[in-house]
Amino acid sequence: MSKIRGNAAIVGTAESDLGAVAPDMSPVDLMAQGTVRALDDCGLSLSDVDGIFVAASQSRMAALSLCEYLGVNPKFFDSTQIGGSSFMAHLTHAQAAIDAGLCETVVVAYGSTQRTIGRATASAREPNPYEDPYKPMMPPSAYALAASRHMHEFGTTRKQLAEVAVAARNWAKLNPKSFMTDDLTVDDVLNARMISHPLTVRDCCLVTDGGGAIVVTTPERAKDLKQKPVYILGTGEAITHAMISQMPDLTTSGTAISGPIAFERAGVTPADIDVLALYDAFTINVILFLEDLGYCKKGEGGAFVEGGRIGPGGELAVNTSGGGLSYCHPGMYGLLVLIEAARQIQGVCGERQQDNVNLTLAHGNGGVLSSQCTVILGSEDTL
Amino acid sequence: MSDPMEKSPLAIFREYCDRGELAYQTADNKPFFYPRLAAPGTGSTDLEWKVSSGLGTVYATTTLFPRGADPYDVSLIDLDEGFRMMSRVDGIDALEVQVGMRVKVRMVPGTEDEAPYPVFDVAEDA
Repeated sequence: MSKIRGNAAIVGTAESDLGAVAPDMSPVDLMAQGTVRALDDCGLSLSDVDGIFVAASQSRMAALSLCEYLGVNPKFFDSTQIGGSSFMAHLTHAQAAIDAGLCETVVVAYGSTQRTIGRATASAREPNPYEDPYKPMMPPSAYALAASRHMHEFGTTRKQLAEVAVAARNWAKLNPKSFMTDDLTVDDVLNARMISHPLTVRDCCLVTDGGGAIVVTTPERAKDLKQKPVYILGTGEAITHAMISQMPDLTTSGTAISGPIAFERAGVTPADIDVLALYDAFTINVILFLEDLGYCKKGEGGAFVEGGRIGPGGELAVNTSGGGLSYCHPGMYGLLVLIEAARQIQGVCGERQQDNVNLTLAHGNGGVLSSQCTVILGSEDTL
Repeated sequence: MSDPMEKSPLAIFREYCDRGELAYQTADNKPFFYPRLAAPGTGSTDLEWKVSSGLGTVYATTTLFPRGADPYDVSLIDLDEGFRMMSRVDGIDALEVQVGMRVKVRMVPGTEDEAPYPVFDVAEDA
């Protein structure tokens, strides 16, 4: 167990405008909107904030932009940029910084207008002489390659991948903020427009605008705020590669490293977790992460998700928000993964709220399965 | 006094490509790709350039379906010498490319706009 287990708590969460935002809205507009909403959510004010954690694909020096916009001069800042899991890393670093006394109340923020300006503009690819000649469509092709290998080694089927998308859609129907709530069947997923075989457009996350913020502070300060504190019990981080051709084994992600570290630091096991929030950039992600986190054996993830097991009313509640596949995916979706994991503990999830939630796991993915960061959150009862 | 390197790893790799050769590097007899100035894992700068037999096996594969254009393959190839690279399997329908297929390298010559680069053809008897 980590000596900093439970030394910091998420006290406020907020989404910015989501989906398709107003014309000419900037990513920093959305970060700031999320920040003031999250502060309002917990009853703190901007003058309480002495730490800023932010990353965005549309803002190369995001901390500069956000601090200027908000008019704050934080004592501590961090713009770690490892893709969609950056905010799980920020939470780890915030926990360490708060424990070290370097800051006390921090905001973790994100914003993207990728739907408005186009994904290619929002996350411009760096030139890569060893991949560019082959014109992969990134990121979908990288995840398609991983899916092809999983199908080859373990007999995973496209139908099993589709089950992940259907479960996400069924959850999304319970979330008033979801971007897509039409009925979706396994056949609909299979017959959708092929993007990068074996992944159709319905195996791929949405392309939306959006963002938000999380407020984290000390347990002492967390006690008398508006929301139930959500304690950071344990986190784990892993980077295994940048290019998909460099991933050591396409069927095992760095989650197999970050997960056990987080469980060990939190002093809990996979079976203890009440709700999972897994970064579902593509349907194959959820299968890989369930395996790598220990919910089933390697290769059995496809069978595991069959029959609505991870959907509403299923055995294991995974991505209750509707996920990146159906709720919202503004590029680096990890912040929204964390928000859902925190809110399930706060008990504020409305129709999709699960009963007696004390422990949740938020798992972030970045790049092309490149960075994996796991965060385990707990209620006061778990301290 | 500074003593800068004369050629980048990429420039050397492309010189091999110009000669129709797929080059890779080793350090302590351990192969790696893409070309680097230091070996991954050890940081060793005692590196050797080698030419691959060009024979390999498809490790993972996808077919891309761009709007308004023909589908095409992108695959990861495990070369027999023990390194992996992204490439394309040519000469067959993209959806026919299978994991486990044996393939052999072919160099696409450079043009004014593009450097030479390796692709693969099916080599089932290799």
